[in-house]
Amino acid sequence: MSDIKIVEAPPGVEGAGFFATSLDKAVGLARSYSLWPLPFATSCCGIEFMATMGSHYDLARFGAERLSFSPRQADLLMVMGTIAKKMAPVLRQVYLQMAEPRWVMAVGACASSGGVFDTYSVLQGIDEIIPVDVYVPGCPPRPEGIIDGLTRIQELVQNESLRRRDSDEYKQLLAKYGIQ
Amino acid sequence: MAEVKEMNNQAVLDKLQFKFADAIFNVSEPFDLLTITTSKDKVIEIIQFLYDNEELKFRFLTDICGVHYPDQELPLGVVYHLHSLTNNIRVRIKVFLPESAPRIQTLTGVFLGANWMERETYDFFGIIFEGHPDLRRILNVDDMVAFPMRKEFPLEDPNRTDKNDDYFGR
Repeated sequence: MSDIKIVEAPPGVEGAGFFATSLDKAVGLARSYSLWPLPFATSCCGIEFMATMGSHYDLARFGAERLSFSPRQADLLMVMGTIAKKMAPVLRQVYLQMAEPRWVMAVGACASSGGVFDTYSVLQGIDEIIPVDVYVPGCPPRPEGIIDGLTRIQELVQNESLRRRDSDEYKQLLAKYGIQ
Repeated sequence: MAEVKEMNNQAVLDKLQFKFADAIFNVSEPFDLLTITTSKDKVIEIIQFLYDNEELKFRFLTDICGVHYPDQELPLGVVYHLHSLTNNIRVRIKVFLPESAPRIQTLTGVFLGANWMERETYDFFGIIFEGHPDLRRILNVDDMVAFPMRKEFPLEDPNRTDKNDDYFGR
């Protein structure tokens, strides 16, 4: 007997032969369980990510089997590791090349805040150059931490309004980073 | 078969002092590594001699780096590490320059590999290698204006606003 659980349907109206729910919920559900992450791994957090993708922890269980190494097809940018200031324009370009809707996860102390590298050559957190949705603490975080981060991203994806990316608030956020 | 002669620090020093008697000073051997100081006018000539000499054969440039001693009369240093692979012996050559005019001849005429090492030394210490084919920054961001390995440069990122000195006991 298999104990595989299928995701429950979002709240809606059910009757004989039909099921009605809001488009937001249906799209959010579909998106959240088919995220294509782009791993931007520069150091030890990237090694933890490899473990996370491996058979033991297996991020594929959460619908993120397919890593995208092209930003154009990716939904989720996972930044794992120290980002030097010289790397910053590269990371920013990768973010700009991603299509909306896009999410960003800063994995580990370095990507979140610069970590121990409080020095002139290291970016003090990637949120200096691109907006971040979820921060995963740890140096490096265990695979469980990264999985927790992904499930937080999934929550955001599920509950995001379809119009959020058109909202003034979102445009202001991007404008703050000089994007668009 | 030619007899294999053991080369040692003293033999290298003797050859150098014979040829460049008044250009070599501050000779020392920390950790058995022959270390000499010379002037910026003579250094290329000395390295060329070490390279060309059929017995010495210092034909591998391990590294060029900079150093900053702010209290010295000549505060900026350039350090050359040479290695004779055939003799299994190394030598370290130091040159000190004034902070007002940190200029020295390039070594790229002798070792092409000096190119990036000199760019790195320029990048971090602002030492200008005259005659270098492409002297620009190599590791730091291109628009940086300071030379970050000089002692007066603050190490910590100046843009951090969350660091209260009280919490760090200073």
